[in-house]
Amino acid sequence: MAAARRERGRPDRTAFTQQRLPAWQPLLSAGIALPLFFTLGLAGLAVGLGLHFSSGTIRELELDYTGALGSNQDCARCTNASATSGPCLCTLHFELAEPFPGPVCLYYQLSNYYQNHRRYGVSRDDLQLSGDPWGLRHPAEECWPYRRDPRGQAVAPCGAVANSLFNDTFALHRLVNGSFMPVPLDSRGISWWTDSNVKFRNPELVNGSLATAFWGTSKPPNWPCAAYLLDAGNPNNTGFVNEDFIVWMRTAALPTFRKLYRRVHQGNFSAGLPRGTYRLDINYSYPVLPFKGTKKKTKKHPDLVRMAELVVHNVIREYYVPNRLLLS
Amino acid sequence: MTMNEALRCFSLKIIRKKLFFKKACCQHVASDSETQNEELEKRGKERKRKKKNKTKRMIVSNLPFESNMWKENPNRYYDSNKIKTTKYTILSFIPKNIFEQFHRFANVYFVAIASLNFVPVVNAFQPAVSLIPICIIMAITAVKDAWEDFRRYKSDKEINSMGCLIFRKKEQAYVETCWKDVRVGDFVQLQCNETIPADILLLYSSDQNGTCHLETANLDGETNLKQRQVVTGFFHQSSEFHPEFFQNTIVCEMPNNDLNKFKGYVEQPDSKKIGFSSENLLLRGCTIRNTEVAIGIVIYAGHETKAMLNNSGPRYKRSKIERRMNMDIFFCVGLLFIMCLIGALGHGIWNGSFSEHPPYNVPDVNGYYLSSALAGFYMFLTMIILLQVLIPISLYVSIELVKLGQVFLIHNDIDLYDEERDFSIQCRALNITEDLGQIQHIFSDKTGTLTENKMVFRRCTINGNEFSHQENAKRLETHKDMNLEDADWAKCQQVIFPAIEIEKQATLKQKSAKPLRRCQSARAHVPGHARKRSLGRCDSSQSQVAFSSTIEKDVTPDSTLLRKVRDAALQMESLSPFTSKATFSSTTATTDFFLALAICNTVVVSTATEPRQRVTAPPLMKPSGISLERIHQLFQRLKLANLSQSFLSTQSHSDLGASFETEDNKENPAAPNSCDKDDDNNGGGRIVVHRKDSTGTRNTSLDEAFESVTQGSLQAEFCYEAESPDEAALVHAARAYSFTLVSRTPEQVTVRLPQGTLLTFDILYTLGFDSVRKRMSVVVRHPLTNEIIVYTKGADSVIMDLLEDPARDGIDVEKKLRRIHAKTQKHLDCYARDGLRTLCIAKKVLSEEDFEKWANFRQEAGAAIDNRDELLMETAQHLETKLTLLGATGIEDRLQDGVTDTIAALREAGIQIWVLTGDKQETAVNIAYSCKLLDQRDTVFTINTENKETCESLLDLTLEEVRKNCGVKKSKWTFFGIGLPSSLPASTGPVPEFGLVIDGKTLNIVFQGELERKFLELTKYCRSVLCCRATPLQKSKVVKLVRRQLNVMTLSIGDGANDVSMIQVADIGIGISGQEGMQAVMASDFAISRFKHLKKLLLVHGHWCYSRLAKMVIYYFYKNVNYVNLLFWYQFFCGFSGATMIDYWQMIFFNLFFTSLPPIIFGVLDRDVSAETLLSLPELYKKGQNSEIYKLSTFTIAMLDAFYQSLVCFFVPYFTYEGSDIDVFTFGTPINTISLLTILLHQALEIKTWTLFHWITMIGSVVLYLFISTVYNAVCVVCNPPTNPYWIMENQMSDPRFYLLCFIAPVLALLPRYFVLALQGTFVACPILKAQQLDKLPKEQRDLEIHLKRTKKQAILGTTSVCVDEVNLSTSNVCLSPFLHPTASAISHDNLGLSPQDTNPRREWILNRESQYSIRRQTEEETTSASSSLTASPWQYQFLTDRNASPGQFTGQLTDGCAERLNRGSHRRSVSAVTL
Repeated sequence: MAAARRERGRPDRTAFTQQRLPAWQPLLSAGIALPLFFTLGLAGLAVGLGLHFSSGTIRELELDYTGALGSNQDCARCTNASATSGPCLCTLHFELAEPFPGPVCLYYQLSNYYQNHRRYGVSRDDLQLSGDPWGLRHPAEECWPYRRDPRGQAVAPCGAVANSLFNDTFALHRLVNGSFMPVPLDSRGISWWTDSNVKFRNPELVNGSLATAFWGTSKPPNWPCAAYLLDAGNPNNTGFVNEDFIVWMRTAALPTFRKLYRRVHQGNFSAGLPRGTYRLDINYSYPVLPFKGTKKKTKKHPDLVRMAELVVHNVIREYYVPNRLLLS
Repeated sequence: MTMNEALRCFSLKIIRKKLFFKKACCQHVASDSETQNEELEKRGKERKRKKKNKTKRMIVSNLPFESNMWKENPNRYYDSNKIKTTKYTILSFIPKNIFEQFHRFANVYFVAIASLNFVPVVNAFQPAVSLIPICIIMAITAVKDAWEDFRRYKSDKEINSMGCLIFRKKEQAYVETCWKDVRVGDFVQLQCNETIPADILLLYSSDQNGTCHLETANLDGETNLKQRQVVTGFFHQSSEFHPEFFQNTIVCEMPNNDLNKFKGYVEQPDSKKIGFSSENLLLRGCTIRNTEVAIGIVIYAGHETKAMLNNSGPRYKRSKIERRMNMDIFFCVGLLFIMCLIGALGHGIWNGSFSEHPPYNVPDVNGYYLSSALAGFYMFLTMIILLQVLIPISLYVSIELVKLGQVFLIHNDIDLYDEERDFSIQCRALNITEDLGQIQHIFSDKTGTLTENKMVFRRCTINGNEFSHQENAKRLETHKDMNLEDADWAKCQQVIFPAIEIEKQATLKQKSAKPLRRCQSARAHVPGHARKRSLGRCDSSQSQVAFSSTIEKDVTPDSTLLRKVRDAALQMESLSPFTSKATFSSTTATTDFFLALAICNTVVVSTATEPRQRVTAPPLMKPSGISLERIHQLFQRLKLANLSQSFLSTQSHSDLGASFETEDNKENPAAPNSCDKDDDNNGGGRIVVHRKDSTGTRNTSLDEAFESVTQGSLQAEFCYEAESPDEAALVHAARAYSFTLVSRTPEQVTVRLPQGTLLTFDILYTLGFDSVRKRMSVVVRHPLTNEIIVYTKGADSVIMDLLEDPARDGIDVEKKLRRIHAKTQKHLDCYARDGLRTLCIAKKVLSEEDFEKWANFRQEAGAAIDNRDELLMETAQHLETKLTLLGATGIEDRLQDGVTDTIAALREAGIQIWVLTGDKQETAVNIAYSCKLLDQRDTVFTINTENKETCESLLDLTLEEVRKNCGVKKSKWTFFGIGLPSSLPASTGPVPEFGLVIDGKTLNIVFQGELERKFLELTKYCRSVLCCRATPLQKSKVVKLVRRQLNVMTLSIGDGANDVSMIQVADIGIGISGQEGMQAVMASDFAISRFKHLKKLLLVHGHWCYSRLAKMVIYYFYKNVNYVNLLFWYQFFCGFSGATMIDYWQMIFFNLFFTSLPPIIFGVLDRDVSAETLLSLPELYKKGQNSEIYKLSTFTIAMLDAFYQSLVCFFVPYFTYEGSDIDVFTFGTPINTISLLTILLHQALEIKTWTLFHWITMIGSVVLYLFISTVYNAVCVVCNPPTNPYWIMENQMSDPRFYLLCFIAPVLALLPRYFVLALQGTFVACPILKAQQLDKLPKEQRDLEIHLKRTKKQAILGTTSVCVDEVNLSTSNVCLSPFLHPTASAISHDNLGLSPQDTNPRREWILNRESQYSIRRQTEEETTSASSSLTASPWQYQFLTDRNASPGQFTGQLTDGCAERLNRGSHRRSVSAVTL
C-alpha cells in the first residue's frame, strides 16, 4: 500500500512524457543542401525545357477590333456609333501564314474590365440560377440595384454580372476559291460541364414552356431580350443554361481576361484552321465607353506557355482600349 | 580594539537587525493584506452592504436555535463553512465566461471587426460567416476555462465533504458532519492529528494545562508546534466541557487575513468580559497535535477564515515573449493601417478615374454612385475586415494551448520528480513557461533552498583531540545514493558500520512490534533511513515536515571517541554514584562534553509512541531492586556469552570488539531482546544503577552491557523538538554516544548516561541564546556532586575569548591548555573551511557563594524596570567568563544534492546568482563557499555599515577598485606601467572574480540613501552577491531593484514564508516544497522539491519552452503576414475593391485547421537540442537569455521573408494565368494551395525533430486541406451565397499546371530561407547548431566531444587558477585585515607577476599612492572605535560608532596588532571586508 501511495505523484516514464520520442533530426548543411539544390534545379530545368518545346506548337493570333478613335479600322465607326445606335456590324480581315492545328478555340478578351470587383462579383444569385423556383422570384439582396425592376418584378437573372453580359457576336469566314466560306463555330462545351449541367439550371418548365416559367420576372435592364430568348431555338442552350451566359458568369480573376467564345472542330476544320485569308464579322453591340488615352494598353501578348489543348485565341476586344482581335 | 569588543558590537547590531526584521515582517504582512482586502471586498460586496457599519462580530452558541428558531439566530448571516473557489456555475458560465474573455483586447478587436461586417457598405464577407473564427476561438478558450473550473469544483467538493465532529443538541453528542455544514457558532470537537475545519476559538483542551498544540505548517510554513491556550475563563472547568451550558456571547473583530492578529472578548451572562487573542484561536488548515481532544466554537467559517483570506489563488503573469509580442502586434496594427490606407487611396483614385461608370462599377441600392473619397473611406474599413487576419487571431489561443502542453510535459518530467517526497514539479502559473528560458538573475534563499535545512552533527573536537567521524562522513555520503541502492547500502552498511547495525535492527524490531501512530516508517525495509509519515486523519500533505529525518538522528559514532566514552563510563562505573566530589570531578572532559551537548539547550522531548506528547515529568522512579537484580543476571549471561571473545576484543580495539559483539548479538538475539522487553515493560526509563560485579567484569562485558543499554535506550524513540535544528543535531549526537536526553522541564533535565544511569539535573538558570551574545548557557546543579555548573555553548569566536586565562595555573597546565586552545582553534578553522557550522562547548564550575551573588544580581536585573534587557544581558555576560573549553562541534547544514553542480551549470549558462538570506553573514559566506558560489580565489568585498556617507564612499571605493581591475584586465595591465606587461600571462583574465557580501542594514542604507545605482553598478562587476540578514521586505526590494533598474529577467527561489515576497515580485517565483511548509509554494509559479531540479527546469525546459514558443510566435506572425499579403496583392488587380480570390470558408479553415496544428505540435514537442546536450553545455542557455530567437531582427527577417514568400506565392500563379480565362476562385485555389504548402514547408524547415507527431500533423494538414477542399467544392453547389467555389478544386486537380505551380512556387518561395539555413549549417558557428551537430553523433563520441570542450575550457581556467594561487599566497602574506581590504586586493593583482620579495615595497607604494585616504580613514575609524570601546560598554560603543561614523572626524593610527588578531579566525581566502 505504501508503495502504491508513493507512486501516486510519479510521472509516467513514457517516451512521450519524457520527450524522448524517436525522431529524425535533419541538419541542413552543404552536404545535404547542394544535392537537393541540384536535383530541384534539374527537375525544374527538365520541366521548363519540356514546356518550352511543347509550347512551340502553340499558335496564337491576336486581333484587336476595338476600333480606337482615329484608327482606320472598320470597327472604328462602331465605336463612335455604339452610344447612339443599335448593333453595328464591322469586319476584320486577317491572314494565317501557317495552319492552326485543331481544335482551335476562339476567345474574346477584355482588358481593364474588373469583373473581379468585389461588389460586381457578388452581385448575383446562384440560387436563382440553379433554377430554384422560389429563388427565381426572390433574388438575393446582393443583386441590388439589379434585383427588381421598377415594377417590382424580380429580375431574372439578377445582379450586375448578368446585367453586363457580353453580347458581341462573331462569325468567321475563310476565303476559299475567292469567296468567303463560313467556318462552323461550335458553342457547345465552352463552359464547364458542371456549370452547365449542375450549377446552372433553368426553372422547371411550366406547361412545357420556359417563357411561362419565367413569367413574373423581368429581363435585366441592359439585355435586349429576356433570358429565355437567348439562343431561343435550342432548349439546351437557352435561359440560364446558355453557355455564353455561363461563361460570362464565371467572373474573371484578373482585369485583362479572355473568355472562350467558340470552338472550331467541325467539318473541314476538325483538323484546325488551314493557311489562308479569313474574315471576321463582328456584331459590335457591347457598349463601349470613350477611349481614354492614359489607359492605352500596348502590350502585345507573347506566346504564352499553354498546354496543348488551349491552343488558341481569337477574338479579343479591349474595353476602353483600342480593341484588338486576337487569333491563334 | 580587542576581538571581544568587536564581536560585542557586532552582536549588538544583530539584535537591532532582528528587531528590524520583525518590524519589516509586519509591514510586509500589512501591505499584503491590503491587496487581499481588496479582493475580499470584491467578493463580499453584497454582504458588506448588509453589515456595512459593523466593525465587530457577535457570535452566540447555535444550540438554542438548533431546531426551528434558526431565523432568530444572530449567526445566520455569517458565511457558512462551505467554500467555493470556482468562478462559474453551470448557469452563469456562458455569460460570465464571455464577459471575462472580452477582457482580452484581441477578442474585442476581432468581435468588433466581425460586427463591422454587418454594416452593408463596408462588408467584405458574409456577416454571419465572419463571426465564425472568433466564435471558435472563444469556444476553445471557454472549454479550457470550464475544465479548469471543474477541477476547482472537484477539489472544493473534496474539501467540503471532509468530516469533523459537531455537537448537536438533538443527539446530545458530537456528530460527524461535513465541513461545509459547519456554521459559525457551532461547537467542534477536534482530535489529535485532525485538520481544523474553520477558525475556532479554543474553549476546552484535554491537556491539563489547558493548552493545545498546533502545527501551522500549512499556513505559515513554520514547523515547530504552536501552543494555544483555552480562553482564560474556561480553563478552570474541572471536567468535560458542556456546550449546552455555553451562554456567553463572543465579540470579536471582523474577518481579516492577518494570521497573527485577533482579539475580542467573551461576554458572560453576568456581563463580565473575558478577553482573548490569537493565542486562543485555532486556524483553519492547521493540524491539532499532541492533544487528545480540543473543543471550540467556530468564529469564522469558509471564506472568512484567515487561511482562505490568505489564499490568493493562482496568479496571472505576462511573460516576456508576450510583452514583446504585444509590441509586435502593434507593429502589425501599423502595417495593417498602412495596407488599408493604400487600399483606400488606391480605391479612391481608381474610382475617380472613370469619366463614366463602367458596368462593373455597381451603384448602390438606389442607383447612385459613391464619390471617390467616400468610397475610399468605406474601402478603408472594408480593408480592415479583409486584412484583419494580419493580427493573428489564433495566436492567443494557440499560445495558450502550447503552454498547456509545455506545462504538461514539464509536470511529467521524471527527472523533476522527487521520489522521496512523492512530489513532482507543480506548475502553478500556466503562462510563463518560456520565461524559464530567459532568466538572467536568480535570487535564492539559503536555508532550505541551497541547504537541506537539516543540521547534521558531523565531527567534533574534545580537549584538543579531533574526532573526525569518518564513518559519519561516509554515512552522510552514502545517504545520497540511498534511494537508488537500498539493498547495496544495507549490505555495505553491514560491513562498514556493524556497530550501528544492531541498533538499527533493534529499532526495526521496535517499530514492527509497536504500531506507531504517527511515526510510521514509509519504507520499512530500510528503517534507519525511512522518512516519517503521519498516519493521522489527514495524512496527505502536512505530514512529515516537523520531523527530523533519520539522517539527522542517526549519528554514527566515531570509534575512537566511542571507546573513550566507554572508558569514561567505565571509570564512572568504578565509582559509586555517591562517591566523593573530588573523584567525580576528575572524570574526563569527554563526559562533560556530552553532558553539555545533552543539557545545554532548550530542546523539548517527546516520544514517538505518543506522538509529540511532551515528556515533561521525569520517568517514574521505580524501586531499583528488581532491575538491579535483572541487570546482574544480564551481566552474568553476557559474561558467559563473551568469554570466548574477551581475549580477542581486548587485543583488537574496541571497534573490532564492537563488531564481534554485533555478530554475537545477531546470533543470540534472545539476550538483548529480553533486556529490551524488560526495559519496555518498565516504560522505557528508570534509574538503573549498575553495580560493578565485585569480581570485576572485563572490559568487554561492560561494553556488552553498554550495548544493551544503548539498545534499551533506543527503544523509546524520543523526538527532539528544538528551536533551531542545530540544537536537535547536538542532542542527537549526544544520544549517539549514549548520553540520551530523556526529559526536560523548566526545572529539571534528565539524561541517561552510557551506564544507563539516569541523572536528573536541577536547572537553576537558562540563559537563552541570543544573537548578540551568540551563545547560550544553562546553570545546573549536578545531582551527584552537587556542584553548580555552567554549561555554555556558542559561536567559536565568542567562546574562545571568554576562556579562562590559562596563565593563572601552573606552567604545565598553562602549556597544556594553550596547546588545547590552539589545537581546537585549528580544528575550528578546518571545520569552517569545510563549511561546517562550528560551536564551542565550555563549562565553568561555580562556587556556591559566587552563584548566590550572581543569582542576586540576576534577580535584581530581572526586576529592574529601566533597561532591563540590557541588565539581563550584562548579568549573562558576567556569568559567562573564565570558561573551561570542553571542545567544539562541527555541524553540517548539508547542502542539498547537486547544488554545487547546479550553481556551476547555471553560472555557466550566464545566470547571475544572488543569495538573499536572513541568516547571519558567516554562515551565509560559508555556505556560499561550500556551494561554490564564491570561489576560494575570488575577491570578496564585505560591506557592513550603518552610515550613509560611509556606505557611499565604501561603494565608491570598491567600485573604483573593481573597475580598476576590470580596466586592467582589458588594458593588459598598462596601468602599472613599468615593464610589467611582458611578464604577465597575457590578458587571459587571471584577475580573480569578485564577490560581494552585504548585510541587511547596509542594504537599508543603500535603499534609503539612493545609492541603488552605485550598488547595482558594483554588483554588475561581481560574480555573485550575498545579502545576509535581509528581511523579507528587503529581499523583495532587492529583486525589484534589479528587475526594474537592470531590466533583466529575474527568478526567485525560496522555501519559507520569508521568501514569499521576493517570490512574488520576481518574474518567476519558484517555491521549494520542503521543510518549511507550503507558504512559498502557494506564492510561487513553479514548485519544485529540490534546488537541483532548477538545473533541468531552466537549462532544458526553459530553453525548450523559450525556443519553441519564440519560434512559434514568430512563425504565427510570418504565417499571417504571408497569407494576408496574398489578399493584399490581389487588391492591385481588382481595383482595390476588397475582393478575395479565395473562398472565405477556405480562408477560415486555412488558419483554423490547415495550418494551426503543426505550429502547436511544434510548440509543444520540438526540441532543437537534446536534453543531455543542453545539460552538459549550459552556455546554450544564453540564446534564451539574450532573446536571440525572438527579437527585432528575427522578427523583421520573418516579416521580410513573409513578404517575399507572399510575392512569390501570388505572382507565380499570376504570371501563369495572366490573360487567360481564369476565374476568380480558380485563380485563388492554386494560390491558396501554394501558400499552404509554403507555410507548412517553412514550418518544416523550422522543425528540428521530426517525431511521429510532426509527420502526422504535417502530412495530415496537407491531406486534410485537399480532402476538405475537394469535398467542400464538390458538395457546395448553391451554398454560401453569393459566390461559391463549386467544382473548382476538382477542376484544378485535373490540370497539370496546378501541380506544376504547387511545385515551383513553394520551392521558389523557400529558396532563400533554405539557402541561408544551409549556409548557416555549413559555415556559421552558432552554438545551437554546433550542439545539434553534436547531437547527431553517437553517444560515446558526443560525450567525448563535450568532454574535450570542457577540458579545453578548464585548461584556460587552469592557467588562471595557478596565477590566482600565487595571488593568494601573496595576499595572505600581506595580511588580511578587513580594513586593509582595497590595498590587499590591489596588491594581489599587483603581485601577479612579481616574486614575493617584491611585495613589500610595492605594497607601500600602493598604500601611499592609491588608497591612502581611504586606508587612513578606515584605520582611523577602527582605532577610534577601539579606543572608545576600551571604556564603554558595548551598546555605548555602538552609539559612539554611529555618531562618529562620518568621515574625517577621527584621529589615530593603525594599531599594529589589530590586523593580526583579527586575522586569527579568518580562513585563508582572499576575503576582503570593509566593515564599519
